[in-house]
Amino acid sequence: MKNRFHPAFPAARLPRCPTGVQGLDEITNGGLPRGRPTLVCGGAGCGKTLFAAEFLVRGATQFGEPGVFMAFEETEAELKANVASLGFDLADLIRRKRIVFDHIRIERGEIQETGDYDLEGLFVRLNHAIDSIGAKRVVLDTLEALFAGLPNEAILRAELRRLFRWLKDKGVSAVITAERGREQLTRHGLDEYVSDCVILLDHRVHESIATRHLRVVKYRGALHGTNEFPFLIGDEGLSVLPITSLGLNHKVSNGRVSTGIPRLDAMLSGRGFFRGSSILLTGTPGTGKTSFGACFAQAAAQRGERVLFFSFEESPNQIIRNMRSIGLSLEPLVQRNLLRFHSARPTLYGLEMHLATMFKEIATFKPSVVIVDPLTSLLVAGTDSETKGMVTRLMDYLKGMQITSLFTSLTHGGHVLEQSEIAMSSLMDAWLLLQDFEGNGERNRVLYVLKARGMAHSNQVREFLISNRGIDLVDAYIGPSGVLTGASRVAQAAREKAEALVSQQETARSKRELERKRAVLELQIAGLRSEFETDEAEMRRVGEQMGTRTRALTAGRTELARLRHADGNGVGAGVPEKFQANGKR
Amino acid sequence: MKTKTAKRPVSGARRRPGKLWQLRLYVAGQTSKSLAAFSNLKTICENHLNGRYRIEVIDLVQQPHLSKGDQILAIPTLVRKLPQPVRKIIGDLSDTEQVLIGLDLRPAD
Repeated sequence: MKNRFHPAFPAARLPRCPTGVQGLDEITNGGLPRGRPTLVCGGAGCGKTLFAAEFLVRGATQFGEPGVFMAFEETEAELKANVASLGFDLADLIRRKRIVFDHIRIERGEIQETGDYDLEGLFVRLNHAIDSIGAKRVVLDTLEALFAGLPNEAILRAELRRLFRWLKDKGVSAVITAERGREQLTRHGLDEYVSDCVILLDHRVHESIATRHLRVVKYRGALHGTNEFPFLIGDEGLSVLPITSLGLNHKVSNGRVSTGIPRLDAMLSGRGFFRGSSILLTGTPGTGKTSFGACFAQAAAQRGERVLFFSFEESPNQIIRNMRSIGLSLEPLVQRNLLRFHSARPTLYGLEMHLATMFKEIATFKPSVVIVDPLTSLLVAGTDSETKGMVTRLMDYLKGMQITSLFTSLTHGGHVLEQSEIAMSSLMDAWLLLQDFEGNGERNRVLYVLKARGMAHSNQVREFLISNRGIDLVDAYIGPSGVLTGASRVAQAAREKAEALVSQQETARSKRELERKRAVLELQIAGLRSEFETDEAEMRRVGEQMGTRTRALTAGRTELARLRHADGNGVGAGVPEKFQANGKR
Repeated sequence: MKTKTAKRPVSGARRRPGKLWQLRLYVAGQTSKSLAAFSNLKTICENHLNGRYRIEVIDLVQQPHLSKGDQILAIPTLVRKLPQPVRKIIGDLSDTEQVLIGLDLRPAD
């Protein structure tokens, strides 16, 4: 057989070493490169050591890969205390020989250089540590301490090159931390030696709110997200929040959820929103955004679904009190644990922390409906792009979990209303706009469905009333200049009623006229019929006379023929058939 | 150099009572640097310490766990355990001047 043609398959995917860090494996498509060193660089206090520690701890606990931690700065006790705050029991892992900790201390003052040397001691130590527990992961934190401790940089650089080569040959997945340099990635140019994967951590302050960022600068031979992703250090370790989710492949549901307002459901092709969709509710101040949210929440909770209400403006008790005034009783639902409020000031902490707390609340409460009121308050906690990223992330998460989400957004008067504050309307599946109209010395609220993906929704602008019986949509009255609201609507209604009365009377009158006409016509018909009957009787009489005369004539003729002895045949011929026929009538 | 054993006293008899210099030389296998360091050390000790010393040679290839105690990174490293304070001299000890400074053997005058 001849050489078979092999299509050019893409080079085999680099094997990955999952970090277990929330979100990072998603960005890197599975983790750090297996069996290769990864450089993690960043400024002071941006979480390099914690990153490295989490890599090892998760490796040892979740992926069955023991690890070696070589610390050049922190001692064992210090590191144990530091990672304990993330909930990692390093001491236990060391006791169970899942992790080996080795602290390397270099004092420049103690060292006198007297000729040629190499760093074989470090290699021996590392090798010994790796072999003692069969380690698959290694952390060197931070190698740059060597630059401070050893005077001969030429030897050091040669040895570092050898070290990275050696780590690769050893087949361990290594994380090497380094200080961020002024112009380079690392202060001492370590990035020159580690070429497989470089991750940059950053901690920056924007308008007094600090946010940590992570960026995969380089990942040789692999696709990876190249953006900056905010990350945070919580009490369960690091979590990276990939803003641009790599896939859009949510499961979708055909199920519907009621809005809690029957006539609004009717506008949304009769059955409300799709389950698991994201709904945006924008409106100027005082148009009833929170009330709509509360209505939706109550409807869902009364169906027995769990509802999580994030409020960034009002406290739970305030919402409950205010909603009581429009006839919603939320308190029993809270007591039955169907409705939970989570209130926080937007300025309490940075955006990523908000997001993390929201994720945590959602994960613990497991709601079917999430309400965020209002989304725009979070703007103060981050920049526009960050907020948008956060919203995308949150929505992806909620959609992935098939949670229906309602976000309210405040638009300010004077703005273009059909423009959401952070241009996130395109992310939403349905968009309801609440607005108030001023005219005739009053303000009236109207609502319309700007978009509702996947359903034939009404395009009618509807007025709605918030009363002590809740929210209700009223009939649409269209005047010459658009939808009529408030007093003009009432006036129009009265006018229409009067017109209806007039038209009713008119109809009755026409009906009576018709009756009269019918009576006259029937009289005429009766007259005509009797006339006809007279004619008919006359006709019959004439016919009978004719018959009698014919018979008499025939009899006379027969008699005459008999008397003259005429031929019998002559009789038939003598009488025309026409006469016989006529005679029968 | 035979470094099969961890500790090999190489000192001469203690001819003079006084402070004993306890030196420890860390090597990793019999490399040229290690051999050079050992012979350089012997020469210096003979010339300056005159029997008041003990040299212990530790081969980390044989006993890697011993590298932790003295925080050994560079090879070869000479550690002056006694007299206190502990001092470390790295390199093949070819620069005699520096070794003497490192060991604090350089007479002040």
